Amino acid sequence: MNLVTATAAWLTNPAHWAGQFGIPNRLLEHVLIASISLAIALLLALPAGLAIGHTGRGAAVAASVANLGRSLPSLAVIAIAIPITVLIDPVLGGTVLPTLVAMVVLAVPPILVNAYTGIAEVDRDLVEAGRGMGMREREILARIELPVALPVVLGGIRSAAVQIVATATLGAIFGGGGLGRFLVDGIAQNDDGQVFGGVLLVAALAIATEVAVGLLQRLARSPGLRRGGRGPALGIAPPPPVLGM
Amino acid sequence: MPQQMPEQAARRAAIVQYEHVSKSYATAKLRRGAPGAVNDLSLTVPAGKICVLVGPSGCGKTTSLKMVNRLIEPTSGRILIDGADVADRDATELRREIGYVIQQVGLFPHQTIGANVAVVPRLLGWPAARQRARAEELLSLVGLDPALYRDRYPAQLSGGERQRVGVARALAADPPLMLMDEPFGAVDPIVRERLQNEFLRLQAELAKTILFVTHDIDEAIKLGDLVAVMQVGGHLEQFAPPAEILAAPASEFVADFVGADRGLKRLSLTRVGEVALQPVVTARVGDPAGEARARTFEDPFPYLLLLDPSDRPIGWVNQRHIPGTGTLAASLATPMSPLLDRRTTLKDALSMMLDADVQTGIVVDRAGRLRGVLTVEAIAAALRPSADPDGIAAGASGAGA
Repeated sequence: MNLVTATAAWLTNPAHWAGQFGIPNRLLEHVLIASISLAIALLLALPAGLAIGHTGRGAAVAASVANLGRSLPSLAVIAIAIPITVLIDPVLGGTVLPTLVAMVVLAVPPILVNAYTGIAEVDRDLVEAGRGMGMREREILARIELPVALPVVLGGIRSAAVQIVATATLGAIFGGGGLGRFLVDGIAQNDDGQVFGGVLLVAALAIATEVAVGLLQRLARSPGLRRGGRGPALGIAPPPPVLGM
Repeated sequence: MPQQMPEQAARRAAIVQYEHVSKSYATAKLRRGAPGAVNDLSLTVPAGKICVLVGPSGCGKTTSLKMVNRLIEPTSGRILIDGADVADRDATELRREIGYVIQQVGLFPHQTIGANVAVVPRLLGWPAARQRARAEELLSLVGLDPALYRDRYPAQLSGGERQRVGVARALAADPPLMLMDEPFGAVDPIVRERLQNEFLRLQAELAKTILFVTHDIDEAIKLGDLVAVMQVGGHLEQFAPPAEILAAPASEFVADFVGADRGLKRLSLTRVGEVALQPVVTARVGDPAGEARARTFEDPFPYLLLLDPSDRPIGWVNQRHIPGTGTLAASLATPMSPLLDRRTTLKDALSMMLDADVQTGIVVDRAGRLRGVLTVEAIAAALRPSADPDGIAAGASGAGA
């Protein structure tokens, strides 16, 4: 049986679409852990990134943190995290938690960097105009900087979300759930159909995430920033390349 | 705390006083390109007047402006608005009561023109309907049809249109004081000229107190009721009405800055309406030709100005071409001198007359009816030193460094 038919057979087997170990449930686990880690990463990185972008202070520190986060291999992060997370929760600390830590470490840099560069690159004249008209700092951030920088900020979130979805697969190596189970179990059972079925599912989920956040990104862009998107009329330079892809 | 400016109180214009205001920067900061320092600036801007701060870059004119709304805090001295020290006010609340226009306009690209104009009303917590009504009123005021522009975005507007929106936005809460930092600096000369004229027309109506920064002495002379010439290092060199600055520069620096053509520049200070116009022999279409012809021979000027039945000029007729009998026909008239109105500056009038290669300009009123003619000699006479400063000088006395 070749790879294609084996994969097709595995994917179309109704038994694989039901129960606790079925595809829907694994997908749910995958999405759940990805969402939790994305939420944590957002909580950590977004306020910091916005504050750094607005004040212009701490950009160097943020860049170091981001570089560090990007340079650590996820497996190494998991390995380092296990001894610590086990202390917190003896059961989950050996499985889900280290993966979660790795995903957060991976997701923070693009969110942080895009948030602060996006905000920092908003035309200073807009900020000056807002301040001169009597906007408080919080109002400047919420009503000028964030809306203008939103496409860039969301670009970072998009990149983080896609990486999280891909990395969540690793959790299965350490006994976690998610779509990675099919890869790990498939290899152990020498079941090519299951391995590549799992690969396809992970890839499809990553692409779906990319498309969904991309759509959100487009919706969030004000029509004023969309049309005639060139020249000095716009408040922001073309978005920098999305990091970490 | 939503607070609405009492309309009545806001209508009036403010008096702005600088009292020994200085701003210095540490040398380290200067090297990073800090704005110009200001050295012991004292001057008073009377209510309802345009005061232009002018000087080369680094003279501290923008710094002086930004200290009024506390975007920059002075190192020493105080600035009073209607007698109250700005340092005692909450900076944010203070700024909401002062109109602010910058060179790059700073319209918010993600907001519609309507929303941009309503920024301050929104900050002040006005009800949505009132914000909208005010935005539409102001767009009309600056000559932009609200129905056409309200829902557009800044990127869809030309530079001149954006500047007008910037002015409308600054006027939104009807502030008694406006700060304008090179508001017409980023548009081409033709648009700038038009915006300046519109601005003067608007100011004639609104009579705000306006502090206006520019590096362009011509703009300063054209727009200012009072001009403060500043020198690098933040020294006030002269503070006077433009006519006085041109006629009697207080220092060599001012004379240099104003330029060698300051005699000519004075032409832009005087408007046609301020000069005595000459009468001219006229006749209406359909009048008896012989009688009109006879009248032109009594006048040293050998031409007849032919008017339509509503007294609007049609053109000149050489006395030798007027028939001895019959009535005057419109076809007798040859192309005429440039049409001027009372608001035309002598500079523009002279320029139009030179362009048309004529010695005489025809002055008409708003309805296009003849008021008289302006000759090159009359312009020359207006330039003589005796024909000088007007009542504005009274407002400036006692000010200056």
